[in-house]
Amino acid sequence: MKKNPVILLIGIIFLTVVSGIFVYPQWFGDKYMPWRLGLDLIGGTHLTYDVDLSGVESGDKDSVVNGLRDVIERRVNLFGVREPQVVTAKNGDSYRLVVELAGISNPQEAIEQIGRTAFLDFRELPSIENSTATELQFVPTELTGRYLLKAQVITSQLGQPEISLEFNGEGSKLFEDITGRNIGKPLAIYIDNEIVSAPTVNDKIIGGQAVITGVPAKEAQPLANLLNAGALPAPVNLIGQYTVGATMGNEFLRKSIVAGVLGTILIIVFMIVYYRGFGFFASLALLVYIILTLAVFKGVSITMTLSGIAGFILSIGMAVDANILIFERTKEEIKKGLSKITAVEEGFRRAWSSIRDSNITTIISSVVLYYFTSSFVKGFALALLIGVLVSMFSAITVTRTILRVFVK
Amino acid sequence: MNIIKHRKIFLSISGIFVLVSVAAILFFGLKPGIDFAGGTLWQVKSETDGQLTVESLKEFFEKDLEVKNLIVYAEPENASFLARLPHLAENQHQQYLAALKNRFGGIEELRYETIGPTIGQELRRKAVFAVILVLLGISLYVAFAFRKVSYPIKSWKYGVITLITLFHDAVIPMGFYAFLGWKIGIEIDINFIVAVLVIVGFSVHDTIVVFDRIRENLLLAKNRLDLENIVNFSVNQTLARSVNTSLTLVLALAALLFVGPVSLKYFVLTILLGTVVGTYSSIFIASPLLTVWHKFSKV
Repeated sequence: MKKNPVILLIGIIFLTVVSGIFVYPQWFGDKYMPWRLGLDLIGGTHLTYDVDLSGVESGDKDSVVNGLRDVIERRVNLFGVREPQVVTAKNGDSYRLVVELAGISNPQEAIEQIGRTAFLDFRELPSIENSTATELQFVPTELTGRYLLKAQVITSQLGQPEISLEFNGEGSKLFEDITGRNIGKPLAIYIDNEIVSAPTVNDKIIGGQAVITGVPAKEAQPLANLLNAGALPAPVNLIGQYTVGATMGNEFLRKSIVAGVLGTILIIVFMIVYYRGFGFFASLALLVYIILTLAVFKGVSITMTLSGIAGFILSIGMAVDANILIFERTKEEIKKGLSKITAVEEGFRRAWSSIRDSNITTIISSVVLYYFTSSFVKGFALALLIGVLVSMFSAITVTRTILRVFVK
Repeated sequence: MNIIKHRKIFLSISGIFVLVSVAAILFFGLKPGIDFAGGTLWQVKSETDGQLTVESLKEFFEKDLEVKNLIVYAEPENASFLARLPHLAENQHQQYLAALKNRFGGIEELRYETIGPTIGQELRRKAVFAVILVLLGISLYVAFAFRKVSYPIKSWKYGVITLITLFHDAVIPMGFYAFLGWKIGIEIDINFIVAVLVIVGFSVHDTIVVFDRIRENLLLAKNRLDLENIVNFSVNQTLARSVNTSLTLVLALAALLFVGPVSLKYFVLTILLGTVVGTYSSIFIASPLLTVWHKFSKV
């Protein structure tokens, strides 16, 4: 451990400056790797769905849920939100799907689009001989959205929007059969069990091209998007929602930064008034701590949420604890008659067990909170955990190096 | 400062606070918030000034929309209003929003949170699980920290007293919350549970540090039976660090409380109260209890 403290100090200063440039929101950082802010800070919506798997065989549940996640991810990607999150979670017997859309301007529309099953199928009239009913009803054919290759909005000769459908090979074959046996009769197109149009078949259609007419103009594009993303393999129910408007989010962000800065200033003032020179060095270490911790947050791309910032500010309040333990111990050693330099070294050596102990209980709490609670609590727990770990480095290594260089 | 000599005063103060808190919890109860019971929290702001008041909003929800079990608060900080409603489906939410806009003109939706009863149950289960795990983890840690025996106090006694102060530090903020619930309708949410777990962590390590010093001094002392003096000396030795480490945390929390975002207000307040109570208990409760126990077990 007898490395030259001056070299170590230069290393720490270098690391801090690089980290500072990395975390500063307006320089290089923003261009190459911007901060990831949670939806409670920039506005957005957090949706929790219950997946209804009542119609699914128990062995297929996992694959259905995965398929569902993929479909919803494709739908969500169309909203133009930066880094949307779609995750599934198993909770006892039930499956949950959580969708997070940070920075979305119109959550209502997103909710509508995500929750729609978008199940497309073609239905035909039963042949007269087999039917006993007086009123004819459409019955489903084998042709569904599963065989769809592509859906596209086109404009008809009359200027009406239409959706053109293109089937894959198997679908084209089915479509050929179905149109072949329904010449002169209507063939209905259903979406989510509702009839959209029922054109009359003039001839057998080869090549797998169909057109949906009669779609209201403003629904055509969203519907085509849904058809392209595919139908949900199982229905979902929205059971929880958390939406924050952008104004509110910005206010939260601004205020928590102000609180963090003010808290840091108060701590620095206290440390310098109470511990004088030592306090000044501890304050330098605290600033190094803040920059390094932010760099870790950003480096492992943690999404900063309000609760995460709260956890971080709390950890700023605890970061100088180790210094206080060390300085109090150093004071005792000086009273015993040791020289200043020896007393400082003794203080560091003897305070270590207290520093370790005082951090372990916080680590226990934050690890448990991280694993067992909702995503909002996770942010807090993770920030606190990282904060405590970095503070052990900064309060010990950084402060000791500074003191070794400057205390003579 | 002779803390051990005046222990009766300090123990009585804590005793009264604990009793009042337990009574508050029993009489007022702890109100489960939407996290645990399901429900909706809706924060809106009028874009056209002055139209919206707590009364007009409450009346509109109750009469026009026929919502039952409704609470409306004003949030003067940003001139907005918070309504606490039962769980709403998304189409109901849209319907209510449209009705609100229709009645009051421009309405800005600042925050909307709704939780169905199933999620509430899950969160409740998870919270209980988290509390049990933290308590278990901390108890194991306490047992580990006090594994070394030191005459004349048996090591498990340190552990039991640490857990007593832990209870003390958790129950007072809970009592305070029960009182707030009765007075202004504050409810227990997931943040409250987090706050209590954080408090518990702080409280335990503070107590452990004082006890560590007592043990160290017991080993060095010539006359170990002069327990009261040794304990008092140890508490005074660690006093500055106990107060100062808490003070820096209090400074950070106070900054969050006074200039931070309003939605963290009660979360921060709970941790702040817990920190103050926890510091008090590690100085004025834990060590005096140790001497009291020792005295009675000798008689």
